[in-house]
Amino acid sequence: MMAFRTLAGGYLDLLLGKGEMEFSYRDRLKLLGGVAVLAGLHATGVLPAMDVIGAALAQDAKKTLRVTIVPEPPSLNTAFNTAIMVQQISTKMLDGLLAYDKNFEPMPALATEWKVADDGLSITFKLRSGVKWHDGAPFTSADVKYSFEEILKKHHPRGRATFANVAEVEAPDPLTAVIKFSKPSPYVMAALSASESPILPKHLYEGGDPTANKLNNAPIGTGPYKFVEWQRGSYIKLGRNPDYWGKGKSEVESMIVRFIPDAGARAVAFETGELDIGGTDPIALADLDRIKALPNLAVTTDGYAMCGAMYYFEFNMRDPQFKDVRVRQAIAHAINREFVAKNVWFGYGSAATGPISQKLTKFYTADVPKYPFDPKKAEALLDAAGFPRKAGGVRFKITHDPSTYSEQYRRFGEYFKQAMRAIGIDVDLQSTDAATFQKRIWTDNVYQTSSYGIFNLPDPTIGVQRMYWSKNIRKGVPYSNGSGYASPEMDALLEAGQNEVDIAKRREIFNRMQVLAMTDLSIIPIINVDYTTVYNKRVKGFTEDLEGVFGTYANVALA
Amino acid sequence: MMKRYLVRRAGQALVVLVLIACVNFLILSLAPGDLVDVLAGESGAGDPHYLQALREQYGLDKPLYSQLLQYLTNLVQLNLGFSFRFNLPVRDLILMRLPATLLLMFSSLAIALLGGIVFGVAAARAPRSLRDSLISTAAMLAYSTPLFWAGLMLIILFSVKLGVLPSGGMRTVDGPKDMWGIVVDVTRHLVLPSITLALFYMATYTRLMRASMLEIYNMDFVRTAKAKGLTSRDVAYRHVVPNSILPLISLFGVQLGSVLGGSVVVEVVFGWPGLGLLAFDALFQRDINLLMGILFLSSVMVILVNFAIDMLYSWLDPRIEVGA
Repeated sequence: MMAFRTLAGGYLDLLLGKGEMEFSYRDRLKLLGGVAVLAGLHATGVLPAMDVIGAALAQDAKKTLRVTIVPEPPSLNTAFNTAIMVQQISTKMLDGLLAYDKNFEPMPALATEWKVADDGLSITFKLRSGVKWHDGAPFTSADVKYSFEEILKKHHPRGRATFANVAEVEAPDPLTAVIKFSKPSPYVMAALSASESPILPKHLYEGGDPTANKLNNAPIGTGPYKFVEWQRGSYIKLGRNPDYWGKGKSEVESMIVRFIPDAGARAVAFETGELDIGGTDPIALADLDRIKALPNLAVTTDGYAMCGAMYYFEFNMRDPQFKDVRVRQAIAHAINREFVAKNVWFGYGSAATGPISQKLTKFYTADVPKYPFDPKKAEALLDAAGFPRKAGGVRFKITHDPSTYSEQYRRFGEYFKQAMRAIGIDVDLQSTDAATFQKRIWTDNVYQTSSYGIFNLPDPTIGVQRMYWSKNIRKGVPYSNGSGYASPEMDALLEAGQNEVDIAKRREIFNRMQVLAMTDLSIIPIINVDYTTVYNKRVKGFTEDLEGVFGTYANVALA
Repeated sequence: MMKRYLVRRAGQALVVLVLIACVNFLILSLAPGDLVDVLAGESGAGDPHYLQALREQYGLDKPLYSQLLQYLTNLVQLNLGFSFRFNLPVRDLILMRLPATLLLMFSSLAIALLGGIVFGVAAARAPRSLRDSLISTAAMLAYSTPLFWAGLMLIILFSVKLGVLPSGGMRTVDGPKDMWGIVVDVTRHLVLPSITLALFYMATYTRLMRASMLEIYNMDFVRTAKAKGLTSRDVAYRHVVPNSILPLISLFGVQLGSVLGGSVVVEVVFGWPGLGLLAFDALFQRDINLLMGILFLSSVMVILVNFAIDMLYSWLDPRIEVGA
């Protein structure tokens, strides 16, 4: 700004100073033209100052992976921000204790062996030896202890809930870490991936405010890629970590993450070969058929099982109109979920049957009360509940708040309005932005019905319980139990599910929970959402584990 | 005389800036929800203590008047505050993005001004001819075409079909390192966005130039010039054009502010790493400090430019005096 002002001042002086002399009006115009040219030259002179990667070497295209993440993440460390765009970049640099195979079974990462105690009150991890942080310091159990006790339990957005029962982490020797629980917490084993619980370097975080640490924008981790630079608004560049513990696997020398805000422009960049891979719906779903038909591009829905993405419809149970379960059943019968999956989500999703995602194969059950599309039955239920059609064919009016994060959500709102009109319910759609939406639903509770995308995450205690547990009716907390649903029976099941160590018994508990949720119907699960990854066929090896674009990309190869 | 005028203008500017800062702050705090809501929402945070801790850290738990007072105190010390979302000082964030926006703004305004004058003159010299109709129709089209659509069409034509220009961004990542190579690279990236943004303004300038020239053509001195036997070309370029440019210059001053708004759309379509995009994100993420910083900077820019235009005006047309 100063420079700009001096520059402008200089020209002004020039013009005014000359003005003292006798100049014709025409001469002044000419001078003005000259100054414009000069200013143009100055503008180009500004350019070299923008160059910061002068020293970087030109890369062979075969060794550079060109990624896009939508939208640009605000910071790069998922320990402090678990938004999906942050998780996609953080995991390339920061490792977790475990990784997961396609059956959600743990695989070695920073920990090579693990043992859950029979009473479920501790987990012992053997750590990988010889692992170095990107700055060369050795990775030890002290880092694990610090990360869990000081970072994940205190500053991770979900960590205070997930690790609530973590009493302490013991580090008996540099390569052993023991997590001690006050109560058995079997779900913790599912939350130790790089995307959920990254391990941070104690020696670089200790002593300051970890949330304000500059490394959150330039992580130093143990992962396969090192941070190189971040040109905000343009791109992030990562380089290969030559000392990575999974040696010899990655053939990618550098990774460039470009930020292209417009979906149409992203599609163009994939078509012209400027992008290799992008996750979490980088291209409008309506555009995917065209993209799939191109010879060099492909689309996959693999790699999102860990998210367990769902689309829920929710009643505000405080509203007297929804007190009668028959009203809630009627609305469930009037929503054609197959139609929504096919037309709103363009087939990238399937009709949901219960609150737990079909992708959480360990816990999902189809054996629950069902509400097939049946407008006649819906009308009969509404009549029986004492809401007959009045003048104009309208039974009653409700508001609906669809979430704002994606185009599909808004379209679902439009579908819902039409579907309700068919059974005599008049819907007033609310159009808001993200902050307003959250305030209306979870802080002020001023909505009547809402719908939103939600992640079940790898364990129902972490991702599903929060919507049904009466102890999680918390004002101002997004994605808590906003409906106000409270059932002692549900609470008992959820609380039993938290501490049950035996997997078969735990599965049985959650089966009963799913039946109860679909009986009480505070939430109508609408869609199991399939996120899409668009990639160039020259990229190999990113779908081998459970995590897809949330994985480390350590095994990615370029043909 | 001049000094008194400058002092008065500076005084007015200060009052306006303080008012703008207050109004910005109050309007923005009317928006429901805050940065913590947004962060918690996209993170799927599940803990009230966590949210409370964030609000305390960001100072969002304090009453509104004390937040405003704090903001103004910082502003007086030329401190624009801290963006908690980006974990960086607002000043740094703005400085990172300002050059790209200025480059886009000035190059597209230059294109618009030059094109507007050329087409306007061409149309006005032969009113109601085929040339005039073509230019006026084209201007009408450019005026009414949505910017984002025009941008996408240009991308499809020049990047996808012809493959001659890059589809977005400001520089080739890992592109040329030498000074000349960088200039060429940035220029190639600049062509499409600056033309897209220029189209609308070029249409305005064309129409304004045409109208203003037609008005001047009716004046007595033009009749005198014609009467003394000057060619139509001399009449146009020596007498009419110079006298028709003044309205363009004042419009230029007014529009400099609105270009900043229009550039948001162009920046989104072309992934141009400018300030508009940052402001757009800041609004939806309730990053109030950042948004206020950008708005404040824009107001400073508009005030400075309008001042410069006023000076320019009186200097170009000596009949108009800078009055104290």
